[in-house]
Amino acid sequence: MSVELDVFVGNTTIMDKEVYQLWLNGYTVNDAVKVRIEGGVMEECEASAEVLLSDTMDQFRTFQMCERLLQNPAKLANQLLFQIPPDRQAMLIERYYAFDDAFVREVLGKKLSKGTKKDLDDVSAKTGITLKSCRRQFDNFKRVFKVVEELKGPLVENIKQHFLLPDQLARDYAAIVFFANNRFETGKKKLQYLTFQDFAFCAGQLINYWTVGAVDNMVEDMDVDLDKEFLQDLKDLKILITDKDLLDQHKSLVCVALRGKTKVFNEMEANFKNLSRGLVNIAAKLTNTKDVRDFFIDLVEKFIEPCKSDKWTSTDVNLYLTHYTNSAHILDTFKHQTVWTRYMGVIKSCILRMYHE
Amino acid sequence: MPGKLKAKIVAGRHLPVMDRASDLTDAFVEVKFGNTTFKTDVYPKSLNPQWNSEWFKFEVDDEDLQDEPLQITVLDHDTYSANDAIGKVYIDIDPLLSSEAATVISGWFPIYDTIHGIRGEINVLVKVDLFNDLNRFRQSSCGVKFFCTTSIPRCYRAVMVHGFVEELVVNEDPEYQWIDRIRTPRASNEARQRLISLMSGELQRKIGLKVLEMGGNAVVGYLQCFDLEGESGLVVRAIGTACTLDKISNTYAPASAINPCNSSPSKDTKEAGFGEEAPGVPLSSGPPTPLRAQTFSSFSPSKSYSRQSSSSDTELSLTPKTGMGSGGSAGKEAGPLKALLRQQTQSALEQREFPFFTLTSFPAGFLLHVGGVVSARSVKLLDRIHNPDEPETRDAWWEEIRQEIKSHAKALGCHAVVGYSESTSICEEVCILSASGTAAVLSSRFMQDGALDMDHRFEDLAPPGCGFCHIPYDELNMPFPAQLTYCHCCRRFKVPDVLFTTIDLPTEANVTGKGCLIQARLCRTKKKAQGEGNATAISNLLPFLEYELHTQLMNKLKLRSMNALFGLRIQISIGENMLLGLASATGVYLTPLPSPGGIQIAGKTPSDITYEQHISNMQKKINDTIAKNKELYEVNPPELVEEVIGSPIPEPRQRSRLFRSHSESSDEVSELDLSHGKKDAFVLEIDDTDAVEDIHSLLTDAPTPPGFYSCNTEIMPGIYNWTSALQMFTSVRVFRLSNVNLTNQGLNKVFNDLCENLLKSLYFKLRSMVPCCLCHLNFTVAVPEDELIQVAVTAVAMSFDKEQTLENGRQSCDKTLMKAITENEEQLQFPLELTAESSSNPLSSAKGLSEVSGALPSARDRCSSWIEQLRLKAHTIRRGSIKTMSSLEKASPLPEGRSRSLRSNRSYAGGSVAVVKMTPLSFIPGTKIIKYLGIINMFFIRETTSLREEGGVSGFLHSFIAEVFAMVRAHVAALGGNAVVSYSMKECVFMENPNKNQAQCLINVSGDAVIFVRESELEATPPQPQSASTQTSSSGEGT
Repeated sequence: MSVELDVFVGNTTIMDKEVYQLWLNGYTVNDAVKVRIEGGVMEECEASAEVLLSDTMDQFRTFQMCERLLQNPAKLANQLLFQIPPDRQAMLIERYYAFDDAFVREVLGKKLSKGTKKDLDDVSAKTGITLKSCRRQFDNFKRVFKVVEELKGPLVENIKQHFLLPDQLARDYAAIVFFANNRFETGKKKLQYLTFQDFAFCAGQLINYWTVGAVDNMVEDMDVDLDKEFLQDLKDLKILITDKDLLDQHKSLVCVALRGKTKVFNEMEANFKNLSRGLVNIAAKLTNTKDVRDFFIDLVEKFIEPCKSDKWTSTDVNLYLTHYTNSAHILDTFKHQTVWTRYMGVIKSCILRMYHE
Repeated sequence: MPGKLKAKIVAGRHLPVMDRASDLTDAFVEVKFGNTTFKTDVYPKSLNPQWNSEWFKFEVDDEDLQDEPLQITVLDHDTYSANDAIGKVYIDIDPLLSSEAATVISGWFPIYDTIHGIRGEINVLVKVDLFNDLNRFRQSSCGVKFFCTTSIPRCYRAVMVHGFVEELVVNEDPEYQWIDRIRTPRASNEARQRLISLMSGELQRKIGLKVLEMGGNAVVGYLQCFDLEGESGLVVRAIGTACTLDKISNTYAPASAINPCNSSPSKDTKEAGFGEEAPGVPLSSGPPTPLRAQTFSSFSPSKSYSRQSSSSDTELSLTPKTGMGSGGSAGKEAGPLKALLRQQTQSALEQREFPFFTLTSFPAGFLLHVGGVVSARSVKLLDRIHNPDEPETRDAWWEEIRQEIKSHAKALGCHAVVGYSESTSICEEVCILSASGTAAVLSSRFMQDGALDMDHRFEDLAPPGCGFCHIPYDELNMPFPAQLTYCHCCRRFKVPDVLFTTIDLPTEANVTGKGCLIQARLCRTKKKAQGEGNATAISNLLPFLEYELHTQLMNKLKLRSMNALFGLRIQISIGENMLLGLASATGVYLTPLPSPGGIQIAGKTPSDITYEQHISNMQKKINDTIAKNKELYEVNPPELVEEVIGSPIPEPRQRSRLFRSHSESSDEVSELDLSHGKKDAFVLEIDDTDAVEDIHSLLTDAPTPPGFYSCNTEIMPGIYNWTSALQMFTSVRVFRLSNVNLTNQGLNKVFNDLCENLLKSLYFKLRSMVPCCLCHLNFTVAVPEDELIQVAVTAVAMSFDKEQTLENGRQSCDKTLMKAITENEEQLQFPLELTAESSSNPLSSAKGLSEVSGALPSARDRCSSWIEQLRLKAHTIRRGSIKTMSSLEKASPLPEGRSRSLRSNRSYAGGSVAVVKMTPLSFIPGTKIIKYLGIINMFFIRETTSLREEGGVSGFLHSFIAEVFAMVRAHVAALGGNAVVSYSMKECVFMENPNKNQAQCLINVSGDAVIFVRESELEATPPQPQSASTQTSSSGEGT
């Protein structure tokens, strides 16, 4: 004796946020029922496990039917099959595209290819996130990537418009797309301490100042590819370290400005040339795709780690970078002021964000 | 040439990929009406084609306009092979034929395929130019309005209620024709859908003709059903109530209290009861005996083995008669005149073959007295319909049953039957035809011209709110034993102790506390048999089934301390090896009726001590439940000092007899010795295994969780302050019985649990709406296969504000009444005028009151309603400017695939989909229906050969029901409406064959498409949208 068929269809589609989350998390119906029972819905509503099972199955089925639409959120608004109030639609979309920080850290900067998808079971095992959920998140990344890849106009706006995502989430996706496109290395051990939000912030900086879109806003891929011309120009900055005079001049200017203002003055003074070489070398190498990938690891190795070992505080770093940037402008033989500003602005904010005390 | 139909295909969207190579589709559209077909151009390589076709014009007879649907087929062009069909849209153009309904159909329709479901959408524009045709002998009935609503529609006024109309058409079922063996399932399904669409069009036209003949202009309470008789054919039949309706316009001032809303409190009194003037009223010939209408098994010549079992069970009074007054002298003063009046009404009704009304609620003053439920059933053997043009056999069957109903009503001293409905249950070649209604006495007011003045004289005789309870039959010559008392309200007329009806609770009724859903459920095994043997077996079982259902209902009613049932609906379904019975009704405590006694349990062998204990335990449980229920439903009737009425007849030690037509039952009943114990106690003897079962089922009914109420009627007594939160839903469950041989008792439990669990699931699903009431809970049971039981429920959950529920029910009832009046005022005049007038208006105080209750909707509500109205306006504007819009679209052809971003931008520029509310009720709380756009009557078939891939049976049915809802909403939106009222799912036939990975389902739904506006807006803005829409669309007519 068994219930062979059991459906409930409302004119307005009924969706329970809690059950939706369980579905998104990739639970099976039975596991979801267990979680719900532990959550105490039964006592609250005098329901039996049977009722809970029926409700969960029904909602899981509804979500499954909606999934096709969620993959193309613009369709959700003008489809006729489910009558869902706009605020609910927004909730459904936002949650469907939400991702786990643990998961995104694993795939950030990786190629969104079939190969990566195949390794998702390792990611699942490592993060404790169900494989189903990992797949959903991965597919979301890939789908967004595919759609915006060929679009003109600003990346964040395109994502917002096509996937109807709220601003913050759209920015996060822009970061993911940007990282995937440039294949930044984020998985190295030295980078493990950085959160996704740290990277997302840096991505935002790079997108806003270093891409083609920062100059021209009607080019394809404008926000995804770094500005080649700018990268080429960065090579000119080398003069700051190759020209002995310039380097010394730069050092003395910074030292004058910082004297007495920081506890780590001596360490700074001793390390100045190293640090400057590090930053300028990063700039000079960015024309190589390989070095672009290592951008973050270089920042950590060449700048953050030395500072850390000398026990600089964030304030120290901030102070140093401010004066380091500004002093270069006073150097009269240094002609590349625009490029320098464009470069150092981003470097400074990225380092500050990445500098965890 | 009486009509020109014009159609234009604008665009498509979300089309499926038909060409795997390019991932695109080369779509074109065929538009077909009758035998004429037009085609659009092929719009190559697009999933969002913009056809912008010319206007396709069909010049047709209006007869065809009524019968035929407009058929739109979307196809994928294929150069080398046959074009592939993507899907179809059938558009019923009937709403365009009435001047008062919709003027244009315009919007996105889901493209539907019977195998794949919805595959994209198509934007279509349809118009009709009708030429006047005054030909007396015409075959069409354009302009007759149809309403599913079983009351006078909200923005109309009844001038005349003409009475019963019925029609039936038969045809061969395409699924069973020889050709079905060689054609595809899709072709077969489409043939069936098209045939049924045609047949319902024809049926509606024929009924319309009858209405015109009677002098009416509308059909209210239109109920259309399909009988899928398999091999023997397909029957489409419909019943309804012909009326002459007047649209309440802004200029019209109502002269008299006609609509319930129109009546002012002072006039809201009703006519004195007629039933009391016992002698002098000629009842039907011969004294009605308790055992009436036992037309028992007899072979009818038409080879159809017919056996009718029928019962008119008003009062299942199992209590002994106590005092019966010799009273009835009350209405004496008006005697002769009233008798005259009555005769007048009667003669008005007798002119009609069947004085039946499908209405369940009535204009004030129409329903005078209610006798009780009358029902008739008949078991028939189906044979092939030989000549579709002569559906005489089926007609004769229904005729027989109706006659029987009529005679039952007569025996109850009533000349009319209200709340009338008909249904069938078919299994193989056996068919049960059932009809039921409520015997009633009606006022002649709406049935004859000129009777109006006379009526008014007696209006103030009977107080409102109890008149309808007064017995219509002769108390000295009662059709069945019943315990009569004086009405607890007016104390002048007699009332029965229990009242069962199929109608809705009259708005003015005096009710104590709240109501609740009461269900009796029963399952009986039956041996498998063929043909006549099967029919005999079924008709032998029927009386027992009905008897037990009634006993259950009675017990459950008593357990809730209530004394009346409204909306009673008894459904009996046959399967190969079982019979299912499900009776649903809403129990209430009618203040005029006496308080029901408790339930007492009696043991047969009182010697055993443990046995005694067992009994007393049970008794205690029952008493506790009754007490709990009294509290729950707030049933605290004012305690009355029991008066001695007349000269009590000495207790006759009469064994109460259940009044029914099955003589067998008297044996069982006589076991109940009713002289035992308290006078008014209902005694259950538990030696009887049946009784044990009864008690068991009584106590296993789980109480509704806190915050929930339920009923199967339109309104829930005791709840008045609805919010606008509304959720209509359909839930279907199929239960497979294991092949273990089940006893009756086991089956009962399974069935009972199935229904109870379904209810529990509903409560759980809808818990976010608490406090809330499930209204119009409509259960349908079926036995689709040997070991399957199917239960389908459609209902609406409505939230209400808790604070006011504690308020005195009567007071808030007054409030709603007054509110209704002011509402009506608003409807009749421009609101601006109203505010100006309110100082001089005697009802100004009432308006103040109504505002108190009207101020409840939250700000969010108002906001959303505001948006809705904006949308509505936007819609009318859009409809008005069709021409410019389409030319604009033409001017900017957007070649596909050039810029992806542009394309997708456009797809959401299309805007979100307008919200369409659906409800099985005839109204939406907090709103005013300003226009009825026409009837929605749709029939869909869905079939799959990949059941597993579609998520199994549940996944398949889930998406099909969702698709049906979507198509209903789309049609309503295209008519310019924003809601469907009186929605019902009349058929849901589900068949599966999991071994073959196949399933098929048929669904038939109906309702009335309407435009509503929030009451809060009505105050602010004059009813513009309506006039605007007619104006703009007429200006757009020139295209």
